Amino acid sequence: MKKKSNKPKSITENGEREAPFRLLLAVLLSALAAGLGYAVLSLPSPPPGLSSHVAANLETSGVSNPVTAVLLNFRGYDTLLELGVLLLALLGVWSLGVAPEHHEPPPGPVLDMLTRLLAPLLILVAGYLLWVGAHAPGGAFQAGSVLAAAGVLLLLTGWRPGAGFSGLPLRITLAAGLGVFVVVGVVLMLLGGRLLEYPPSFAGALILLIEAAATLSIGTTLAALFLGGRPEAGPRR
Amino acid sequence: MIPAVLYALVGMGLFALGLFALIVHTHLLRKILAINVMASGVFLVLVALAARTRGAVPDPVPHAMVITGIVVAVSATALALALMLRVSAETGRAELPEEPLE
Repeated sequence: MKKKSNKPKSITENGEREAPFRLLLAVLLSALAAGLGYAVLSLPSPPPGLSSHVAANLETSGVSNPVTAVLLNFRGYDTLLELGVLLLALLGVWSLGVAPEHHEPPPGPVLDMLTRLLAPLLILVAGYLLWVGAHAPGGAFQAGSVLAAAGVLLLLTGWRPGAGFSGLPLRITLAAGLGVFVVVGVVLMLLGGRLLEYPPSFAGALILLIEAAATLSIGTTLAALFLGGRPEAGPRR
Repeated sequence: MIPAVLYALVGMGLFALGLFALIVHTHLLRKILAINVMASGVFLVLVALAARTRGAVPDPVPHAMVITGIVVAVSATALALALMLRVSAETGRAELPEEPLE
């Protein structure tokens, strides 16, 4: 309301709003922060939470790490849709055009050496995080982020995916996480269960299968997002 | 109990600061950074409040939500940055126009 009473262009030379507007905004947002803080302070003291439900059903989930159990078993829908969001973001970036040409200077000896040492190590760490996620902090997202870090490091040193990989193989890798997740869900439905209701005897293996595919997809997607566009050597130029 | 509430309050503060920067600044990169600060505040609130549960293990449900949220925030930021680069390539300015484009 107050913003409208100013002149329509309330932007000064350096692209920032005028002082009275900023003061009013600061007051309003302080009130908002105070209200939110009051809401936190007045939360019920024995918090209801869901940890007792998770602990009660942990045995049937196939993994012993409660966060992984929630992520891939109890709230599997969220993770499924999230992989979809990831793919959608990449589609959005790709639809904006081909990856910009970067003529990066060749890496110095330190960066070159470091990348050669770190890239295999990061892949190893990603595999470890994926495996350890079943019973300790870790899992597909952490492993995928480490994999993406290896990819970003390689991209920074001037490496680009070759023409053989940036076509169909890249697209299959990107879609593998969501694809395996959907296939597992649909097969379980056909076998008489509900969507993503794993039978307890197979749950551990199914979760590891989904997580392995998701790790590859998350790592590749994040690294491809860093590239900032479609890879040029793709078949649909 | 008390440190958890303190962290949650800091998260609220980060959220308000990010919202302030989001409204005040016109440069799109600053707006994207501001949204990321707001997201960090929300994640801090969720993780902090998860530690309020009884027992040694914090509530795993907010933790799973935060892991999901971080990955979504990263990919949304990448999309926003790509859109910003496109806007600045088309108009020469990394800002949204005040009047609608003709």
